[in-house]
Amino acid sequence: MNAPTVWDGQRRSRATRLKRARSVCAGKVVDASQVGALLHALIEPGDRVCLEGNNQKQADFLARVLASLDAGAVHDLHMVQSVLALPEHLDVFESGIAAKLDFSFSGPQGARLARLVSGGRIAIGAIHTYLELFARYFVDLTPNVALVCAQAADRAGNLYTGPNTEDTPAIVEATAFKSGLVVAQVNEIVDVLPRVDIPASWVDFVVRSPAPHFIEPLFTRDPAQVSEIQVLMAMMAIKGIYAEYGVQRLNHGIGFDTAAIELLLPTYAEALGLKGRICQHWTLNPHPALIPAIEAGWVKSVHSFGSELGMEDYIRARPDVFFNGADGSMRSNRAFCQAAGHYACDLFIGSTLQIDLAANSSTATLGRIAGFGGAPNMGADARGRRHASPTWLKAGRQAREGLAGARGTPRGQKLVVQMVETFREHMEPAFVEHLDAWTLAEQAKMPLPPIMIYGDDVTHILTEEGIANLLLCRGDEEREQAVRGVAGYTAVGLGRDRRMVDNLRDRRVIQRPEDLAIDPRQATRNLLAARSMRDLMDASGGLYQPPGRFRNW
Amino acid sequence: MSVPMGIETLDYEFPGRRPAGHFAPVLVGVVGSGNLEAMLEPAPTSTCRFAVQTSARGFGAIWKAVLRDFQEHHSLAGVTVSINDMGATPAVVSLRLAQAAAEIE
Repeated sequence: MNAPTVWDGQRRSRATRLKRARSVCAGKVVDASQVGALLHALIEPGDRVCLEGNNQKQADFLARVLASLDAGAVHDLHMVQSVLALPEHLDVFESGIAAKLDFSFSGPQGARLARLVSGGRIAIGAIHTYLELFARYFVDLTPNVALVCAQAADRAGNLYTGPNTEDTPAIVEATAFKSGLVVAQVNEIVDVLPRVDIPASWVDFVVRSPAPHFIEPLFTRDPAQVSEIQVLMAMMAIKGIYAEYGVQRLNHGIGFDTAAIELLLPTYAEALGLKGRICQHWTLNPHPALIPAIEAGWVKSVHSFGSELGMEDYIRARPDVFFNGADGSMRSNRAFCQAAGHYACDLFIGSTLQIDLAANSSTATLGRIAGFGGAPNMGADARGRRHASPTWLKAGRQAREGLAGARGTPRGQKLVVQMVETFREHMEPAFVEHLDAWTLAEQAKMPLPPIMIYGDDVTHILTEEGIANLLLCRGDEEREQAVRGVAGYTAVGLGRDRRMVDNLRDRRVIQRPEDLAIDPRQATRNLLAARSMRDLMDASGGLYQPPGRFRNW
Repeated sequence: MSVPMGIETLDYEFPGRRPAGHFAPVLVGVVGSGNLEAMLEPAPTSTCRFAVQTSARGFGAIWKAVLRDFQEHHSLAGVTVSINDMGATPAVVSLRLAQAAAEIE
């Protein structure tokens, strides 16, 4: 006879763990000194644990406590977290507390991660995009325990995550509704929260961390560092792509190239008569570089993945533009913003480190395992999209002209633009015959080369040499020559077939600055709507308060 | 790519069809990291001569290609171009030379 089926094993496990925790603390609010004992009571060997490592805010106190646990009692954890930002995120593997990892991005820890993987200390399940990892939280990577980060809690355990809500809702929802346990570190415990971002019934314990959580201003670009070449490329983007396709809904990458575009909207683009015709709706973190365009009335809406230090008061004063709560402060949400960027934007434009002859693009470099965060979702055609827009339809028509059958069936296409100078600093070519990603895949025994944006999703490559419109290319040979044609004096560029490139230029597959009636000599920093951090602050009427490191006055 | 220390001197000369005649020397750009200074002066020749001093060694082939393309476009004659380079990219080199040429054309 079979034993009766247990249908509430997860709930029983949760009850057992909570019972153990009761010997540590009676209520929801835990003293910081008790958190080590609490985690020992809650976490069991082999658990899936989400340690909230965001792109920006970090559950740094909980990370330190987790890394200090007794590896004899807590071991073989399977960490599932979007970003590895802090040393503690890898310390747990070195000490044997954790063994397996599923993640999205490891920027600053990429080199150490690669060493730990090659030394056999970490088994990587997979490297995901943000949205992909969140999706797996709800399928087969649901956390048993989530250690999250909020701005404030009340005594009932309600959380205020505020402008940097980021990943918290996705993590907590997956954990709390599958009998998992949620522990939150907060900067302060208050009587009344500005608003409730996470309800108390989804949260098991809150602890006031000894110091406010770490947060990184990742999206601040000092206009003083924007070069004339970046101004030139921004002029080409605006005239040759934004105006050409009437791009109204878009997402920008985080580099100086796209900051230059933001800073040219109220000047160069305004002079071209484009106000109202482009760039009204954004999925974008609150980039300080967008302030002049917002102030000039260009921007109708901005939804954000996270926030940006120093922008809080400015955002609060512009509720028609940003997504602010009734309390006045913004709420970001990485999962929703990633979905918005993927399905509701007509254009993504960003930079990369390497592009190959098939237009595959990657920021992966040898000796580092970094992942790509959200870029692959932003920089990919949304095959499930069904709503039309003039921009999307025009790109789709260009890609399908002359094709029949399934490949010729009418549909739109997202514009995915890779914007690079042909040489990066130290004369590193941005165009290469073979991406480092291939070698890295062999070294780290990855199932696929870590390509950030696949060539068949890239619609345009923009360099100081011009724009290559890959939608108009027919066949791999044309595509290769279009890439070579804008690759300048790199070996890839010098290897072009001049006759074929001239032909592509005649067909406007390749457009040089002069083909767009742009004189490179007009590309000066005087076109930038702000040329310094001080200018950005002044443009905001003093509402934007740059972090100290960006103040040089 | 590692760039050995020390200055490299490069010299190129291309024929030109458009004599610049007499003009006051033109100076563009600044000597700073990733930038360059270029000075155009009249010369009693039927060519355009480029005298390059660069802190980034080993890029002679790229310099030659950049300067040849510039000269294909402008076809200057009777001009000496002196360049002090601090690792400018070809994009910056082309832009500076275009700015300088505009001053004498």
